[in-house]
Amino acid sequence: MNNANFQAALKPTLEISGLNFFYGAFQGLKNINLNVYEKKVTAFIGPSGCGKSTLLRTLNRMYDLYPGQRAEGKIVYNGRNILEPGQDVNMLRAKVGMVFQKPTPFPMSVYENIAFGVRLYENLSRGEMDERVEWALKKAALWTEVKDKLNKSGLSLSGGQQQRLCIARSVAVKPDVLLLDEPTSALDPISTAKIEELIAELKEDYTITIVTHNMQQAARCSDYTAYMYLGELVEFGETDQIFMNPAKKETQDYITGRFG
Amino acid sequence: MNPVYRKRLWVHRIGIALSIAAMAVGLFFLAWILFTLLIKGFGAISFAMFTETTPAPGNEGGGLMNAIIGSLLMVGFATLISTPVGILAGIYLAEYGEESWLAQLTRFVTDIMLSAPSIVIGLFVYAIYVANVKHFSGWAGTFAISLIAVPVVVRTTDNMLKLVPSSLREAAFALGAPRWKVAMMVRLRAVKAGVITGVLLAVARISGETAPLLFTALNNQFFSANMNAPMANLPVVIFQFAMSPYDNWRSLAWGGALLITFSVLGLNILSRTLFRQKTPN
Amino acid sequence: MNAHPSSVAAQVAPPGQQTDAQQAAAKALGSTMRKQRLQDFLFHKITLLFALSVLLVLAGIIVSLVIGAWPAIKEFGPAFITTVEWDPVNDQYGALIAIVGTVATSLIALLIAFPISFGIALFLTEICPTALRRPLGTAVELLAGVPSIIYGMWGLFIFAPLFGDHIQPILKKTLGQLPVIGQLFQGPMMGIGILTAGLILAVMIIPFIASVMRDVFEIVPAVLKESAYGLGCTRWEVVRKIVLPYTKSGVVGGVMLGLGRALGETMAVTFVIGNAHKLSWSLFAPGNSIASTLANEFAEAESKLHVSSLFALGLILFVITFIVLTAAKLMLMGLSRREGAKT
Repeated sequence: MNNANFQAALKPTLEISGLNFFYGAFQGLKNINLNVYEKKVTAFIGPSGCGKSTLLRTLNRMYDLYPGQRAEGKIVYNGRNILEPGQDVNMLRAKVGMVFQKPTPFPMSVYENIAFGVRLYENLSRGEMDERVEWALKKAALWTEVKDKLNKSGLSLSGGQQQRLCIARSVAVKPDVLLLDEPTSALDPISTAKIEELIAELKEDYTITIVTHNMQQAARCSDYTAYMYLGELVEFGETDQIFMNPAKKETQDYITGRFG
Repeated sequence: MNPVYRKRLWVHRIGIALSIAAMAVGLFFLAWILFTLLIKGFGAISFAMFTETTPAPGNEGGGLMNAIIGSLLMVGFATLISTPVGILAGIYLAEYGEESWLAQLTRFVTDIMLSAPSIVIGLFVYAIYVANVKHFSGWAGTFAISLIAVPVVVRTTDNMLKLVPSSLREAAFALGAPRWKVAMMVRLRAVKAGVITGVLLAVARISGETAPLLFTALNNQFFSANMNAPMANLPVVIFQFAMSPYDNWRSLAWGGALLITFSVLGLNILSRTLFRQKTPN
Repeated sequence: MNAHPSSVAAQVAPPGQQTDAQQAAAKALGSTMRKQRLQDFLFHKITLLFALSVLLVLAGIIVSLVIGAWPAIKEFGPAFITTVEWDPVNDQYGALIAIVGTVATSLIALLIAFPISFGIALFLTEICPTALRRPLGTAVELLAGVPSIIYGMWGLFIFAPLFGDHIQPILKKTLGQLPVIGQLFQGPMMGIGILTAGLILAVMIIPFIASVMRDVFEIVPAVLKESAYGLGCTRWEVVRKIVLPYTKSGVVGGVMLGLGRALGETMAVTFVIGNAHKLSWSLFAPGNSIASTLANEFAEAESKLHVSSLFALGLILFVITFIVLTAAKLMLMGLSRREGAKT
């Protein structure tokens, strides 16, 4: 395979350079440089506390909610550095969506859960909204299971269904990027498998970044993998290469289970 | 049996017996009071009590209609005022203030106001309102009891909002929602039942308050729905009638007491059962 | 399907070369963002205003009480607090009777309520079978929900006669014969008076203190209690030696909270305290509290000095209650800081 040509055809949706992150005086991320490529799945892996969730949460500036947390460096998205103070954070988050580890359905009906996000930025008629809700639920492979229950509370669904509802909710607003923070760690194996299938389909339309503590999941689902340790990016590359022929010994140790 | 242990066991038994006795004492008084109310007040409950106005001194018969309506009006308006003020203030504390010095100070003061003497609230409203407009009124009474209800609603709302897991908040922000929508449509909604309980408890509390009305709404012998004039209300009527020499007045006082107590207790029980919510989700 | 409106607007071309659709999308998005920012701004300010209103009211209360009390303060000076006379006819006022009445009734209430509340809290957290816990707990809280005017009526018409006819004679014959404290239990056995008011107040604040104590007992980590049980401690010992020391400041805080409530209680006290402007060593004698004086006299007070003295009484009551409640809050906060739990 001619790597150079292959790489040249890829477009980076997010270009991270020189990223440092601080929780008060503690530095959580040290000089991170990597690209998240368009319509590919990029996985962040590493032992607990390595900074992978921290890194994910800088991509949609979720850390803004907590005074005392700050980021320095550059993350370029659509030609702009999103870490600049002038960036409109709400708008950024509308285009860079996030799904959390614990399923978080809003205390509303299934329909309203999805409509909530859409209504923030679009004025759709009732018919258009119905279509959008159906479309999003289909994209999340949830439609057949809930199409008769659209008016029931989102909380009445099972754990796996709730998580797919959250994915549908994020997809419904048509983001460019989907950030998944350990999306299956709270779910049983069957739901996990369903969601992994979903990820494989979704990457045809969206750029996906996934944090996972489950290495096998990263190997199964992702195109690119970043191995992190203690806030530093140890190695980043195509998943096949990282898992079969890692360049660094630390990566090798982690992959083979000798460490972490 | 080991003599040291035997003594310890006796101490334990006496201690436990005393606590059971204490519980029994508490229940005894509750039962006694409710029983008294039922016996003394039941006789006064009649159609007339709800349809006739308070009798003049020396007149026979009469009812409590003007007092009941006056109380309903003032409690109703006070609820309308204190609910949004209290909930929004609670939202400020949980969503914006968080642990800032201003929020901590406000929480501290709110807790003090919760237990502050209600007669002093009446004095305050008299001083700033009644003394200036030179007459008592239903609005003054409404204002006074709102001041008592607001801290209750603020505290409950603040406490309940703090229970909402941060991941739910973050999920709403992650969609690009503006802060006010996250606060009102997601966070508040998640603890809706608990907040409603807080409001109902506030209503129960102000329904029985007498002291703040003594120098604000005062009382009115006749029926009047004019909020800008002295307004009849159950607690003050009971106060006046109970200590009087007239039989019908005293009987009406007991009837009113029964009415208030069971309404208040009913609200308490209703809010605790219908809207039981310890944590969101 | 169309992409997100923001994506349409954000596509590369600079302003001069944008298509109409892109310009329209950009405008629509811009106005949505502006509207959102305005909504957020307004919401923040309104909620802030309402939160501040609580602080404003407190400040307002203090200011208005001071202003109202000023003429009396000017006329009588600090001696107001120690003067006994309360004479509307001659316009001479002193707060001592009312202060003594307030403090005496509250202390009596506390002395009686504390052990009973403690017993109830202990019962509900350690002894009560789980199925009964909720109904009994609710029953205790219902006692707290009974309006104070009801306590007043019940106290005056039901409790006081029984107390005067049956209990007071016994007290007089027994405690009344002891040296020193005997004086407290001599005097007219009318049923109403300081002691009765204190007893009624006790019943009122029992559920209040009990529920604070209960909350505080429940904070004790199970692991701590289990290690004591594991050593063979009896239930009583676990409470006395583990639970109580652990929750000490919380218990004190709860008691002070009850005291704060008792100090300000109006209607229950007004009915049974006897409304007499006299100071006496006997607890059986009628007296007055600050709240009952205000309740009885404010509406009819004529002279400016009378009204102002009443305001002064209100100010004193507010200051006392404020200090007690602040101390209570600080103690409770101290407990929760240690435990890391909320109060």
